[in-house]
Amino acid sequence: MDFTLDKQHEMARQLFKDFAVNEAKPLAQETDEEEKFPRPTVDKMAKYGFLGIPIPKEYGGQGCDVLTYIMAVEELSKVCGTTGVILSAHTSLCADPILTFGTEEQKQKYLVPLAKGEKLGAFGLTEPGAGTDAQGQQTKAVLEGDEWVLNGSKCFITNGKEADIYVIFAVTGKIEKRGKFMKEISAFIVEKGTPGFTFGVKEAKMGIRGSSTYELIFTDCRIPKENLLGAQGKGFNIAMHTLDGGRIGIAAQALGLAEGALETTINYVKERKQFGRSIAQFQNTQFQLADMATKVQAAQYLVYRAAAKKDEYVKNPKISYSVEAAMAKLYAAEVAMEVTTKAVQLHGGYGYIREYDVERMMRDAKITEIYEGTSEVQRMVISANILK
Amino acid sequence: MNLEEYKGVFIYAQQVDGETSPIAYELLGKAKELAAPLEAKVTAVLIGSGVKGLCDGLAEYGADRVILVDDPELKDYRTEPYAHALASVINEFKPDIMLVGATAIGRDLGPTVSARVHTGLTADCTSLEIGDFPIVPVAGKESLHNQLLMTRPAFGGNTIATIACPDNRPQMATVRPGVMQKIAPVKGAKAEIVEFNPGFTPDNKYVTIKEIVKAVNTTADIMDAQVLVSGGRGVGSAENFKLLEDLAEALGGTVSCSRAVVDAGWKPKDLQVGQTGKTVRPKIYFAIGISGAIQHVAGMEESDLIVAINKDEDAPIFSVADYGVVGDLNKIVPKLTEAIKADKAAKAG
Amino acid sequence: MKIVVCVKQVPDTKGGVKFNPDGTLDRAAMLAIMNPDDKAGLEAALRLKDQYGAEVTVLTMGLPKAADVLREAIAMGADKGVLVTDRRLGGADTWATSTTIAGALRNLEYDLIITGRQAIDGDTAQVGPQIAEHLGIPVISYAEEISVDEAAKKVTVKRQFDDRYMMVEAQLPCLVTALSELNEPRYMTPGGIFDACAAEITTWGRDDLKDVDDSNIGLAGSPTKIAKASDKVRKGAGEKVVPDSPDDAVSYIVGKLNEKHAI
Repeated sequence: MDFTLDKQHEMARQLFKDFAVNEAKPLAQETDEEEKFPRPTVDKMAKYGFLGIPIPKEYGGQGCDVLTYIMAVEELSKVCGTTGVILSAHTSLCADPILTFGTEEQKQKYLVPLAKGEKLGAFGLTEPGAGTDAQGQQTKAVLEGDEWVLNGSKCFITNGKEADIYVIFAVTGKIEKRGKFMKEISAFIVEKGTPGFTFGVKEAKMGIRGSSTYELIFTDCRIPKENLLGAQGKGFNIAMHTLDGGRIGIAAQALGLAEGALETTINYVKERKQFGRSIAQFQNTQFQLADMATKVQAAQYLVYRAAAKKDEYVKNPKISYSVEAAMAKLYAAEVAMEVTTKAVQLHGGYGYIREYDVERMMRDAKITEIYEGTSEVQRMVISANILK
Repeated sequence: MNLEEYKGVFIYAQQVDGETSPIAYELLGKAKELAAPLEAKVTAVLIGSGVKGLCDGLAEYGADRVILVDDPELKDYRTEPYAHALASVINEFKPDIMLVGATAIGRDLGPTVSARVHTGLTADCTSLEIGDFPIVPVAGKESLHNQLLMTRPAFGGNTIATIACPDNRPQMATVRPGVMQKIAPVKGAKAEIVEFNPGFTPDNKYVTIKEIVKAVNTTADIMDAQVLVSGGRGVGSAENFKLLEDLAEALGGTVSCSRAVVDAGWKPKDLQVGQTGKTVRPKIYFAIGISGAIQHVAGMEESDLIVAINKDEDAPIFSVADYGVVGDLNKIVPKLTEAIKADKAAKAG
Repeated sequence: MKIVVCVKQVPDTKGGVKFNPDGTLDRAAMLAIMNPDDKAGLEAALRLKDQYGAEVTVLTMGLPKAADVLREAIAMGADKGVLVTDRRLGGADTWATSTTIAGALRNLEYDLIITGRQAIDGDTAQVGPQIAEHLGIPVISYAEEISVDEAAKKVTVKRQFDDRYMMVEAQLPCLVTALSELNEPRYMTPGGIFDACAAEITTWGRDDLKDVDDSNIGLAGSPTKIAKASDKVRKGAGEKVVPDSPDDAVSYIVGKLNEKHAI
């Protein structure tokens, strides 16, 4: 068992760190303050292949592994939580299911431009009445000749209006299971600009305010028959599998936020003076930082382990990484919330002021306990596995 | 190489557009100092086209002899014919010491020439003296006398090394502009003038100059100023530099700045003091709202008197300042300007 | 077109220099990076590659760990890396360094050689021009722009001087030294990093150098010798006062200036 990164991952981390500090950080405050999608950063990420890190080269990607991609989300989130989730949603929730479940034609048509960064991806599962409970889905897709006709809406969609390619889930029928009728769910690939596909309200959020969270509306939206992703009726499996991967991305975002808040606080307490000495010299500060650092380190191990498990899965699809992903997300999200909250506290009054980064980090951190499965859902996944 | 054959202290008398560069006089000042213990002559090597008229100026600033290489090929500076000219002079006249200014031209010419004549070159020296090598005698090692000991900063000004060139001649150094002192010119002084032309035949190393564009320089050269009022990021804005300009005017000085100010676009690059800017050594240096990053300090710490005003009492600038004042520059500087004016008026009266 | 870029691994001084408790430089605490001027030179080469198509080889001399900068260069888009490393080459000054690199370059084909103007550790700006001298090719230093006419085998460089710039044209092969102001170097790509880590780095020792005499390499072959080296002792701090009012501050400063007869 080796806890050190090899050369290529060390170099990749340095790259992501430099990029984050030079490109994403200067826009972080404006992104938050003006709820502005950081397009310049996303364009640069596209240019340098960041939008296709774990995608094989044959599909226009970088041919790296999940761990490398996870470090990119982590480093970006250290300086800007919004930028971190944009990359996570694009890669884990849109490119990944097309890579895993798509046909060769779908991969050529959709995955290649996603991986090259020519197109940005998004994922539409959640509806006003259906979050984790996929059976609550109302959006319907009906096959008419060579086309699926979609009707319904999706909400809280990350990269909502900025994306070009969407993986959308809809009810395609009913199946009988042990005498009960269940909704049959299928996955589809929908392109922006398809007639009948429009955008609803933009959500005003507590944190990650630049991530373009929109409602997607489908009104007799016709898409080609061949845009069905995976087999008809396999949508639920595709969604659950995709969210397993997505959770590692969100865990990395949470980890990055916690690390960013910790680093910022360490610098601050060394500089800030009270009662004639730096607050780093107070034992309370020292003990708080010790706890924060220890938890951040533990979170990092869990997140990297989940990433490594998904890398194993890529080679051997028989194994599952859903428990590792759930543990990583549960823990990293709670650590992010705790560490950013303590960071604000250690900053005192300044921590509550917008000008200081920790204020934003604390708001950004909260969502990591909620989206892509709340902490409660992660506990369900983990305990179900323990007790089976 | 018979080292005994090499005699005299030579300097490269840089000229641009038929005008002697100040560095030439600075080098002459230093060369005169070095020549004294060696009982050697000071020779200026003047290279150009139609530049004979500059010889007298070099004599006034301390040259005993001027070797003049004058050829139409040498009109504008190009590495090749110039390197050929200087290397030929070295091979023909065999100097013991060859000093070149660490200007853009000197730092191009020096390395090429040193490689051609196979000797060492120490770049960007800030101090030169004659002494023994090794400096402290080492048992079993011959102690060489009358060696040129060349001191230079490295590592962004964080380390300092003294270099010798014991086995090769000439001992070559490029010298940072603004560091050496020129002598007061001796009016009417004359030097022996030796005209020398090694012949110039263009080859693959001759480049063609397609165009020369001179920058319009409207600001005073901060390297010449006796008093510098230097501002940093703490000044806050381009407009607020007015406070410093008023103080500079009252003191008869010039405004300069730190890199942060140039990066912010408040002042042009030619006013920048520091590692990536200019090295200055005025009589008084005011560091106002300058934190004192090591790169800045490297460019001004040789100033005779350093006064720092900064609101952060832990600013590193205070560790080099002779007089440090912790306070708000916006309140102090205008009052200081008035006080200086009053002081001057009182003294004049 | 074949371009060779010479790069050096240097300690990073940009984020501030670190000191040991005794005041000496803590070199181990500083990150080893590709020298900034060299990186600009590499970027210039990669842009020529993008524009005209070229094979870009990066060459470095140093300890075995200097291979890291070659991998970085490959991850940015360079095609090949050559590391020159040998104990016998250690302790070289600029003369011995330039003879060594010239000896390595004689084994390579090149139309254009690009070096950085100077390294941030040594600040000499000598090695580039000296390599050109050893190879008998023209040198153009302080390049701000580089363009190539492949058919005519010519390079045109906008070269910066103190108060002016010149547009200079030279025959290929030619050596150009680059300023970090030349461009904004690109980032590596993640896939480039993976490729670079898998890439074979050509490693040459003393015996692989072509036409280089033993008397011109390493410490023994260096004409300049270090007589004394020290981490710079900073001028000690003078007085520091925290005046009660701006007026107090002014009278303090004016008093001191008068005391020193500075005004």
